Amino acid sequence: MYFDSLSAVWHMDGHGFYVWLSYALTFLPVAIMLWLPIRRQRQHWQWIVAEQRRANSRPADAQSE
Amino acid sequence: MWTFIHKMGSPPWFFRFSGVVVQWLLPITIGLLLVGAAWGLLVAPPDFRQGNSYRIIYIHVPAAVVALAGYYVMAFAGAVSLIWRIKMADVTMRAAAPVGAVLTAVALITGAIWGKPTWGTWWVWDARITSMLILLFLYLGVVALFEAYENKTAAARACAVLSLVGTVNIPIIYKSVDWWYSLHQPASIKFTGESAIDSSMLYPLLLMIAAFYCLFALTVLLNMRAELVWNHREANWLQQLVRKV
Repeated sequence: MYFDSLSAVWHMDGHGFYVWLSYALTFLPVAIMLWLPIRRQRQHWQWIVAEQRRANSRPADAQSE
Repeated sequence: MWTFIHKMGSPPWFFRFSGVVVQWLLPITIGLLLVGAAWGLLVAPPDFRQGNSYRIIYIHVPAAVVALAGYYVMAFAGAVSLIWRIKMADVTMRAAAPVGAVLTAVALITGAIWGKPTWGTWWVWDARITSMLILLFLYLGVVALFEAYENKTAAARACAVLSLVGTVNIPIIYKSVDWWYSLHQPASIKFTGESAIDSSMLYPLLLMIAAFYCLFALTVLLNMRAELVWNHREANWLQQLVRKV
């Protein structure tokens, strides 16, 4: 550990703003970049599940009529 | 080896294989990123000339390195899809483009933020920075070009050609700091000979480069899997897989 206190970590001898801003502007897009395809795949998966359910319920409806 | 490459072209096999890889790679990537960032931010000593602002190196350099390497991956996949018409290569190419664009943008933005306290300016039309900006436009061009075509087979071919033509830019980026010596410093890490960076700063940097390579592989795989699920929504193998879960 190089720094003595939390406020020293935050301040970084006057460079804190630049350092923390660049880390924030890196990790935010990275998190979004990881989350978007996971969400997209889940949505596609749910679409297929719903489609299968629809396909399964169709012959049952035809019998009841 | 050849059977492995052959299998990679088969969507059901690839989907199963990548599922296992992603399961391991996701925690590994997040762990490496957090450890590397903490090491670079808190443990590594400050630079004797730049002070603490140099800590941006631990995201700036890995993002730039992987953005360049990622371009080769995209262009190679584009070449494979052009020559052998393998659908999987086309999916790989398109999955790599947005990831490369984000990494290039991160390298440019963190570079600009680093430039402010170090050079006194956010932006200069330095050769390295300008060629990186062109790289960003090439990545975005591949994404946009694919969307512009109605016919997706033609779109994939156009994207592959664009990505191949764009490879000209990569050696220019590498060499730009030596050919046009201006504000951007030359490479500190060398494969041959002594690196111009102390090991207490080098180790966290190498760790972050490894983390960003993992991140690139992971996001490309995630993008490919999302694309495969949609493309094969009517295929038998996927229907059975969905039924099982």
